[in-house]
Amino acid sequence: MRFMLLFSRQGKLRLQKWYTATAERDKKKMVRELMQVVLARKPKMCSFLEWRDLKIVYKRYASLYFCCAVEEQDNELITLEVIHRFVELLDKYFGSVCELDIIFNFEKAYFILDEFLMGGEIQDTSKKSVLKAIEQADLLQEVRVCDSLNWCPCAVHFSMPTTNKCERVSSVICVCLSSACLSQEDESPRSVLEEMGLA
Amino acid sequence: MALKIVKGSIDRMFDKNLQDLVRGIRNHKEDEAKYISTCIDEIKQELKQDNIAVKANAVCKLTYLQMLGYDISWAAFNIVEVMSSSKFTYKRIGYLAASQCFHEGTDVIMLTTNQIRKDLSSPNQYDTGVALTGLSCFVTPDLARDLANDIMTLMSHTKPYIRKKAVLIMYKVFLKYPESLRPAFPRLKEKLEDPDPGVQSAAVNVICELARRNPKNYLSLAPLFFKLMTSSTNNWVLIKIIKLFGALTPLEPRLGKKLIEPLTNLIHRLVITLHRASVEKNVCLIGLVLPIVCVCVCVSNAVLISLSSGMPNHSASIQTVPHCLYVSLVTVKYLGLLAMSKILKTHPKSVQSHKDLILQCLDDKDESIRLRALDLLYGMVSKKNLMEIVKKLMLHVDKAEGTTYRDELLTKIIDICSQSNYQYITNFEWYISILVELTRLEGTRHGHLIASQMLDVAIRVKAIRGFAVAQMAMLLDSGHLLTGNMQRNGICEVLYAAAWICGEFSEHLDDPMQTLEAMLRPKVASLPGHIQAVYVQNAAKLFATVLQKHEGATDSQAAQDTSQLLIERLPLFVQSANLEVQERASCILQLVKYIQKLQQKDVEVAEEVSALFAGELNPVAPKAQKKVPVPEGLDLDAWINEPPSESESEDEKPKAVFAKEEPKQSRARHIEVDEKELARRREARKQEQANNPFYIKSSPSSQKVYQDAPGVEHIPVVQIDLSVPLKVPGMPMSEQYLKLEEERRQKERADKKKKDKKKKKREKRGKGKRDDSGPESEEDITPAHQVDIVTEEMPENALPSDDDDKDPNDPHKALDIDLDKYVPSAENTLHKVTVCMLHAEKQGDLSITRHFLVFLVPLLVQKSLKNKKKKQKKEKDEKKKKKRHHHHHHHGDGGGGDSVQNGTVEEEEEEEPLPVSRFLPITEQKNTVYDIQGNLQDGSQVVVSVIFENKSNSFLKSMEFNVLDSLNSKLQRPEGASPHDGLVVPFQLPPGVSNEARFVFSVQSIVMPQKLKGTLTFIVKSEDSSTHEKLDFKLHFTCTSYLITTPCYSDAYAKLLESGDLKSSSLKLEGLNMPFHHLLARICFHHHFSVVERIDSCASMYSRSIQGHHVCLLVKTVSS
Repeated sequence: MRFMLLFSRQGKLRLQKWYTATAERDKKKMVRELMQVVLARKPKMCSFLEWRDLKIVYKRYASLYFCCAVEEQDNELITLEVIHRFVELLDKYFGSVCELDIIFNFEKAYFILDEFLMGGEIQDTSKKSVLKAIEQADLLQEVRVCDSLNWCPCAVHFSMPTTNKCERVSSVICVCLSSACLSQEDESPRSVLEEMGLA
Repeated sequence: MALKIVKGSIDRMFDKNLQDLVRGIRNHKEDEAKYISTCIDEIKQELKQDNIAVKANAVCKLTYLQMLGYDISWAAFNIVEVMSSSKFTYKRIGYLAASQCFHEGTDVIMLTTNQIRKDLSSPNQYDTGVALTGLSCFVTPDLARDLANDIMTLMSHTKPYIRKKAVLIMYKVFLKYPESLRPAFPRLKEKLEDPDPGVQSAAVNVICELARRNPKNYLSLAPLFFKLMTSSTNNWVLIKIIKLFGALTPLEPRLGKKLIEPLTNLIHRLVITLHRASVEKNVCLIGLVLPIVCVCVCVSNAVLISLSSGMPNHSASIQTVPHCLYVSLVTVKYLGLLAMSKILKTHPKSVQSHKDLILQCLDDKDESIRLRALDLLYGMVSKKNLMEIVKKLMLHVDKAEGTTYRDELLTKIIDICSQSNYQYITNFEWYISILVELTRLEGTRHGHLIASQMLDVAIRVKAIRGFAVAQMAMLLDSGHLLTGNMQRNGICEVLYAAAWICGEFSEHLDDPMQTLEAMLRPKVASLPGHIQAVYVQNAAKLFATVLQKHEGATDSQAAQDTSQLLIERLPLFVQSANLEVQERASCILQLVKYIQKLQQKDVEVAEEVSALFAGELNPVAPKAQKKVPVPEGLDLDAWINEPPSESESEDEKPKAVFAKEEPKQSRARHIEVDEKELARRREARKQEQANNPFYIKSSPSSQKVYQDAPGVEHIPVVQIDLSVPLKVPGMPMSEQYLKLEEERRQKERADKKKKDKKKKKREKRGKGKRDDSGPESEEDITPAHQVDIVTEEMPENALPSDDDDKDPNDPHKALDIDLDKYVPSAENTLHKVTVCMLHAEKQGDLSITRHFLVFLVPLLVQKSLKNKKKKQKKEKDEKKKKKRHHHHHHHGDGGGGDSVQNGTVEEEEEEEPLPVSRFLPITEQKNTVYDIQGNLQDGSQVVVSVIFENKSNSFLKSMEFNVLDSLNSKLQRPEGASPHDGLVVPFQLPPGVSNEARFVFSVQSIVMPQKLKGTLTFIVKSEDSSTHEKLDFKLHFTCTSYLITTPCYSDAYAKLLESGDLKSSSLKLEGLNMPFHHLLARICFHHHFSVVERIDSCASMYSRSIQGHHVCLLVKTVSS
């Protein structure tokens, strides 16, 4: 896999991961071009397209497009599976993920992606082991939880920064983030799985 | 602890954290850029603080901004700081930022090496994991080289989490530092049997990626993969393994036999699932299963072909795939088409039956689907259905909205028609009219493509010229092309071809005068310059034709009118801004003026004018120039003039090439620029060739056809079929041809029946057409008229080379390493050879060395690895020789050593042979000396000159020389001789007489030494009796016997060393106590080296193998 992009329907980039070192200028150009091509496609069109010398595999989940570029010989269905697996991971981690989760916790999304794919190859096909690795790494990063508490306006969790289950707190906060704190914003969070009818 | 955290948090309360930034950006939708620039200022302030937490926060925010498209490369150093924090929290952020924004050009990467190494060996597995993840994104060749060992150790880490990551990152390391592949491979192989499924699948992934480049190397792993395939339940892994087998089966047919059973089971299982799924329209299931089936079908096809036996399940799967197309879901449709294109390669018939379905896909809204369908059509055409398919495509061209898709259609039509040297075209008139119809497309970017097709067909298919010329004249006349867009590569390019064809083949024109007038319209001046130039030139050709026509006629008025026309119109072009047009126009204008004068005096000029354009132009293959062999003795890389030195300071330095402080950097850049420049020139030349009608773009398989296409004269003449009108008045309509073709075929069928009755032999189809895999009935379709496809010219002694298609820039090329090749281990106790890398020497590690030999050999890893071996072998040889030194001289003086030299001088005049002479076994009767000499003309031949000397008192006759062929070397025998036949030595030997015979050996690989066993049989005839005798001998082909002494100048040598294209290794020899110059002389003499430069007890030497490998040698005496 050459790179993976996440962008919104409005053409805002939410995540980008390049598996081959590319110059900043080329990256920008490719992202812009690709977004145009993908966004112009109608919902009933298929998930694959040929672009430059690459195969683009994309899938839309709610308002987010997940878009991967693979080489000619690569299997596009596997790539589609990779995208889906990544979405499932995000969903498990954030608990019915929405675009805002990825915006505000973009580094977490990166960490999950890094745990799942490395150098463009799948690291582990087991969801469980990926999530376990993430949770344990998060444990090491407990300070971040307290960080989150600084700004989380729902004071519900203020009293429990030193509990042993810090990673739980982190995901609880994320949930409350998406449902309560940010509910004033018009983009209402929707579950991906719901979107797919798998809930 | 908690208190400290809270305190730290309070400190940072006032800083903006990531979430604040994100919100801020969302709240400042109108003036985002302004808001961000203030944020960046804040971040800069934060980065200046000492607190690592603040820095990490700032870097985290920067990572977000980077994603939004802001440049954060200025903070690279701060990122490194955060990366090297001891706390995982910050380290994680640092590595994330680095993986997002570092690339090969980032200079701070050099600073990270030690930090990464530390993290890799950290006791905390997540530190290691984070470092590996980061490294996978920004690994550079330097990092790969320095860290390869560390990562290799991690591959056997106790934690599967680390092992899995280490295995995966090795692929990236291999790409950047291919040398690491060989040492890492055994361990990688081990990981295939790792107890952890994650590690196992990672290893499978890596090996599959590697095997894509060079499957041959991984054949030995087949049993292991076979085991994995039958035992694995992981579909992800299964798909990869099956794909790998797909690449391996063509190499090893036996593998196919073994695979057949498990694959049949698998396919059977899957096909049932797939069938059910497609019936139930269960997309998810299809999605999961289809890729496996696709791959399986491909593999089993390979299997099938090797066994040429049917497999019932297999056809079932083919039945199923088209079934998916009825499922309305586009994705599945796409996959179905994809699967079909894979099946098409091996089972064209089964796909061809779904032609209508595929044509229907061309109407799909989705471009991806349409493009896939187009791809399929390309493989589906046959002589029978070409016209029909193209007709459908033409309809789509008319309907298509959006120029990209229309252009795609256009190129596809041309591709389909011109594939395999116009294999499927039975009627070229039809093709020309298709091309002419295509010119009506507005706004296409492929005018050039159409033009080149027109030229190609008109030049190569002689029979069509009359028709083509008429059509082109019409194009020139109609002028609709003149109104189109005038940009380069627009449709107006077609006029270029039209004008050229009309001019060049003007003898076919009905009314050259009219065409001439059309070409000289004032509007032509608005065309691009290169087209105008062709117009002018071809106007002159037409002029010559007109003169020719009217010559001898009583009324010379017409000819004079033509001259007048030219004189009136040409000044328009003389004023052109384009130099080429101007030059040609003024030249021709003067010529015409002169001719007019002659005409007025009633002188006959037509003959002379047409002599200007006499002669046939032949198509030249685009690769022809490249294939011209370089004449012997011509060194294209040598300087014609010595280049001026780059700077004065460099002049002052002694020109010792092995000086330690090599000015590598500056020179290397210089070379790089040169290469860029070269590439640019190459590009320019290609462009030029493309626009030159004498260089015709080749059709895909012109080369293959080349062999079996005889000259024009030998083409059997097919009866002219009068059912096809040779000239269609007015604009051609390709559709007319469809009907005509139908009629013609019917008639032909009827004819054939009659003929069959009479048992008459039917004429074979035109040349340049090979049998295809199409249905048998295709054989019945004969071309409409005689088609003689002239092949493109190639130089007479073109070098066969198959590397044309290899992209020299392919980053994976370096991975093409032959892993099975045995590389001799470094410690050779017998010779006390120490091999150490050149960079070790650079680091000053000289103490261990006494006699230092450094070898530098070409870049290509494959070669270099082989060469390593060669060098060491060479060393051994040298040693041996030294030991045998005494022995050698003892006999050598009496033997034919001198005459060997003489003999070889005659044979290869261009070079100075310094033969390695050795003795064949000596009997009382005979003494034989041989010399091995590379053949310069042919990189795969060596000539062995053998001196036979009769030392006995008897007469020797009927000598037969025979050598047991090895895989690598073969004695070249006359045609028809079996490999066990000996060669008759063409002379007899009276007592005391010696004579020389030469034998040619063909050698495949010159990078390994060879010993060949042979026998010489002869009859000893004394006065009273004659006996049959046999003499066994061995021929030693050392690696250096393939070297050819080639002089090399010191700067060319220096450039070679600096190019970095050479691999190096070195070794130390102990116990040598001969004077240095003796040593040199000996290396020169026995191993065909030449001294480039010598300073004191150091010398650099050079030689070249017959296959053009450079071998540089540095010989040093190091006193202990």
